[in-house]
Amino acid sequence: MQAETTSQAVPNLIHPKKKSKLSHVWTELKKNKHYYLLMSPYMLIFFTFTVIPVVFSLILSFFYFNMLEFPRFVGWQNYSRLFLNDDIFMIALKNTFIFAIITGPVSYIACFFFAWVINELSPKIRAVMTLIFYAPAISGNVFFIWLIVFSGDRYGYMNGFLIKYGFILEPIQWLTNEKYILMIVMIVQLWLSLGTSFLAFIAGLQTIDRTLVEAGVVDGIKNRWQELWFITLPSMRPQLLFGAVLQITGSLAVADITIALAGFPSVNYAAHTVVTHLMDYGTIRFEMGYASAIATVLFGIMIGTNKLTQKLLRKVGE
Amino acid sequence: MVVKMMTAFRTTKRLNRSFTVSFILFAFLALFGAFMVLPLIYAVNNAFKPLDELFIFPPRFFVNNPTLDNFYDLVALMGNSWVPLSRYIANTLLITLVGTVGHILLASAAAYPLAKYQFLGSKTLFSIVVLSLMFSAHVTAIPNYMVMSWLGWINTHASIIVPSLAFPLGLFLMKQFMEQLPTALLEAAKIDGASEYRIYWSIVMPNVKPAWLTLMILQFPMLWGTDGGSFIYSENLKTLHYALGQITLGGIARAGVGAAVALILMVVPITLFIISQSSVIQTMATSGMKE
Repeated sequence: MQAETTSQAVPNLIHPKKKSKLSHVWTELKKNKHYYLLMSPYMLIFFTFTVIPVVFSLILSFFYFNMLEFPRFVGWQNYSRLFLNDDIFMIALKNTFIFAIITGPVSYIACFFFAWVINELSPKIRAVMTLIFYAPAISGNVFFIWLIVFSGDRYGYMNGFLIKYGFILEPIQWLTNEKYILMIVMIVQLWLSLGTSFLAFIAGLQTIDRTLVEAGVVDGIKNRWQELWFITLPSMRPQLLFGAVLQITGSLAVADITIALAGFPSVNYAAHTVVTHLMDYGTIRFEMGYASAIATVLFGIMIGTNKLTQKLLRKVGE
Repeated sequence: MVVKMMTAFRTTKRLNRSFTVSFILFAFLALFGAFMVLPLIYAVNNAFKPLDELFIFPPRFFVNNPTLDNFYDLVALMGNSWVPLSRYIANTLLITLVGTVGHILLASAAAYPLAKYQFLGSKTLFSIVVLSLMFSAHVTAIPNYMVMSWLGWINTHASIIVPSLAFPLGLFLMKQFMEQLPTALLEAAKIDGASEYRIYWSIVMPNVKPAWLTLMILQFPMLWGTDGGSFIYSENLKTLHYALGQITLGGIARAGVGAAVALILMVVPITLFIISQSSVIQTMATSGMKE
């Protein structure tokens, strides 16, 4: 008798609980419907053009697809071809890494260093210097100016200067010589790279609590370098993380500059990067599955590098 | 003398600053400042050079006899061409204005709930947005092209404008900035009977004006410099930046005109930044990422 009542009571106990959880979600959605509605236009576009494409690209990387025939499943074939049979991809990967390893950290440190020095200036001069350093990043893709500087004939500034002072006798073909292309692209990329993260650092430096610095002096901080390491950098950790994300993503995605300066494809693939390789297969050869595999690899590299850097940056000033 | 100059540059007397190191640092800053600004000054000078000065050897940096010839040539050249210059300018303005204003409206509407309230999915959505800052738009280029062709948006301005409305950086910065709005302000409005939309429009939006300008300064140059990418192929839909590319392809004969267009392209975003700088810095102070 006793046992029977218990066995009946148990499902009765569980049932209303389950229902309340579902209805909890429902009331939660209903209660906040205004918020969802406010977010919906942005999120609709964001999901259509950013989130779903990432997933779609991942799926497509396992197919052969040329935009005309129905996609055909090929398993890992795209990836094995990419890493084992595609010499050009290896060149692209190598160039991208050389590029990112040099311009990524250099531009990041430059952003911080110049923001740090500019912060010591008086407000008016600070505003002018901020403008000067930030202007190239927003000046509407005028990096073609560098085409004139590195032009291959005597009228190019670099050649004109070197010939005039007797360093060279004949003009150098800067943008078609494999030896120089990557270096020139790096210089121009650095010129363009003091962008949003630079502004974030300028702003972050201005909001550091001055009393922290005074307290640090009492505690025995002797010079600006100690102040930088023990006070400034730890106080700016959120901005440093933000800036790192932007600089890393930017330095791994370089393509527009190489195309503008070195052409597409560049001489002997000297300035070929993962992104230009992706463009080659995506917009010229229409091998969409293969291009998606390249995109997926690029996605992995970008997210991986970012996560790793974030881990490293958390140790700053500890 | 130098000491006087140096102190004039400083904000306040700071602790623990050795003069020598300051001098070296400021010298370094000046050197790199020159590296940053010289190409821009050169671009300005070039636009006002008469033809004979553009091709002088050895090349000269500054203009000797400034002239507006290049701008007249530009108008004449584009007036005679199949698509007039004004058309490229109108296309660029349309894309830039709709894209920028729309982005500010949509991003702030989405940022307000994420910044001030916790509800089902709010954390997940925001972390997806942060994750998307970590890869570039190239990753999604292939599926995007297909989506565009399914929507029938290939060769329309919508293909450039609509995706730009939801760039993640704008939402991120707007949300971080809105977090510092006092919650009491919003609650007071709610007690007075204002709806959420009313609060967003009449209370939140007027209070985040610095962030509007920041989103503008990030969005505007990007759209202003767009060449239509692979989406737009009709000549009469193309942008000013594309026209510049075509003009410079004309080679030596078009060098002066090219310099004039480059100046037009460059001056607009830089002017905007000069106007909005202090607001932008104010917003960027809240840009940090939490761990």
